Amino acid sequence: MFNFVAMQVENDVKQMEEQFQAKIDADIRIEPRDWMPEKYRKTLIRQMSQHAHSEVVGMLPEANWITRAPSLRRKVALLAKVQDEAGHGLYLYSACETLGADREETIDDLHSGKAKYSSIFNYPTITWADIGAIGWLVDGAAIVNQVALQKTSYGPYARAMVKICKEESFHQRQGYEIITVLANGTPAQKAMAQDALNRWWWPSLMMFGPTDADSPNTQQSMAWRIKRHTNDDLRQMFIDATVKQAEVAGLTIPDKDLKWNEERGHYDFGEIDWEEFYNVIKGNGPCNKQRIEARKKAKEEGMWVREAAMAYAEKQKTKTKAA
Amino acid sequence: MSEIKKEWPLWEVFIRSKQGLSHKHVGSLRAADAKMAIENARDVYTRRSEGISIWVTESVNVHASNPTEQGPMFEPSDDKVYRHPTFYEVPEGVGHM
Repeated sequence: MFNFVAMQVENDVKQMEEQFQAKIDADIRIEPRDWMPEKYRKTLIRQMSQHAHSEVVGMLPEANWITRAPSLRRKVALLAKVQDEAGHGLYLYSACETLGADREETIDDLHSGKAKYSSIFNYPTITWADIGAIGWLVDGAAIVNQVALQKTSYGPYARAMVKICKEESFHQRQGYEIITVLANGTPAQKAMAQDALNRWWWPSLMMFGPTDADSPNTQQSMAWRIKRHTNDDLRQMFIDATVKQAEVAGLTIPDKDLKWNEERGHYDFGEIDWEEFYNVIKGNGPCNKQRIEARKKAKEEGMWVREAAMAYAEKQKTKTKAA
Repeated sequence: MSEIKKEWPLWEVFIRSKQGLSHKHVGSLRAADAKMAIENARDVYTRRSEGISIWVTESVNVHASNPTEQGPMFEPSDDKVYRHPTFYEVPEGVGHM
């Protein structure tokens, strides 16, 4: 009897999984309270929380230059951009919560190292040109990825992406403006722009993740339409779009193998240093420790404010009740 | 003194983008009270003039239909074609009606 019940449950789950996949195949979006396979939920929480963490940690390298921006025009733009990143983090944390992920736990996972964020934010911003390179290359790469994710199968994630993409386009333009102004400036300024490009180019390509051959989750994520393009496809799109921009700026992309391939209709490019990528992911990048420390400090030092706000809210409620 | 809840509650945010349109759900956020929820909603969801009015409600107060009962819940209207104007025949020459 018990076995019969177990079999029945198994059949029901199988049927629900088939119905779920049929919805995905018909491009019907999945919404928060819909039935979904547990692994779909977990994959999404992992991907969306990593994305949220990247937005939040991504504020740190840029915030490094807010007080030293070279003009008021640059300063207001950078402030607005960093504020946007905070907002993007919030849209994504709130999308995670629609799947039952607890906000505090999600953030604690970042702080304990259990959850990852984009490896790019573990590189330092040592000159002002780095702010230009981040906007141009890092946001440029993020946009390629996020435009594709506007069609992701989970409704709240897709909607967050639409809003984020609308806001990100200014980020890339302000970065490219910084770079072109420097590239057309004094020889020292031009050298600074080229140096930034040299340091940020390869880490930007790594943002798309391992090659398809080394990305074991890609197949399932594509079948569930969480991902709409593979890592290698997205990386190629980014390279194809960026080469011309470097040319116009008069800068040289630091890859001697970069060359237009007429047959493929794409640029060929050199080998990425995957050892560096995995090393940074493991926590050994130039700034990993500093980034996590900054996030922990922000949480700990802001604790009393959050508690005070809650205590005030509770008090107001009691007062209203009494009155 | 009663024990204070540590985590701020979750709020759902609705925004009217301009006069003449209804409020539309845009997402959620955490805040200690309604006033803070509205202020945070302004900062999170209307940084580029997306709204002129904000509603917030604690997420626990939202009651929803059950998605697994979507069929039986909404089916009754699927076979009532006579509720649509195209169900009725009108002689040619009458024009738009």
